[in-house]
Amino acid sequence: MKTNDLIIQTTTKLVFFIIFLFSIHIFFAGHYTPGGGFVGGLVMSSGIVLLMLAFDLKTVQDMLPINYTLITAIGLLIALFTAAGSIFFNVPFFTHVYDYFNLPLLGETSIHTAMFFDTGVYLVVVGVTMNIIQMIGGDE
Amino acid sequence: MITFLWVIVVLISLSILAFVYRLVKGPSTPDRVIALDAIGVGLITLIGLISILFDTVFFLEVILLLAVLSFIGTVAFSKFTEKGEIIQRDRNS
Repeated sequence: MKTNDLIIQTTTKLVFFIIFLFSIHIFFAGHYTPGGGFVGGLVMSSGIVLLMLAFDLKTVQDMLPINYTLITAIGLLIALFTAAGSIFFNVPFFTHVYDYFNLPLLGETSIHTAMFFDTGVYLVVVGVTMNIIQMIGGDE
Repeated sequence: MITFLWVIVVLISLSILAFVYRLVKGPSTPDRVIALDAIGVGLITLIGLISILFDTVFFLEVILLLAVLSFIGTVAFSKFTEKGEIIQRDRNS
């Protein structure tokens, strides 16, 4: 029996972008306020779960053609390279640096290498969570 | 003003207790799902009041996070009660 889920699908199309922007905000605000890579990744994956609830697994796979295992591997690689990059400058493993840069749109911004490590955490959390949910939910 | 806020905290805690009563007692599953959703809203209000009382802005992101999670949980529960499965493989087949 086919059902018509108009209200939930329209709401999802709106709410997904709010959740997406909130996840990005929590990720970037993690240095000075509560948040960070872990919570941001969980919020992002809960947004994708909302898409899966309103549509189905195949439609979401067509919308976001992402291999989540690859995302996990890329996140781990980013974290490892951020940690290992400090070796080339004759400082101990995991030493972080920061500096101020003049970015085109944002003006003077402080960029810390811990942010790249956090990017790795974000990608790993999104990849692992979506892998688990797809593996459990996609079973017939 | 502070006394007034504490009175509201007590009132909302009592209403959450009433929702917990409906959650335990509720005869059907939709009753329990709606009770859980209302408990989520009560917690959101409580966190807002607590962040006023503790004079901090660091709890405000928790409010939005709890609203998102409560919404997704309610949608998942209602889809489970309606269709029997939460994530379908292919809806159009």
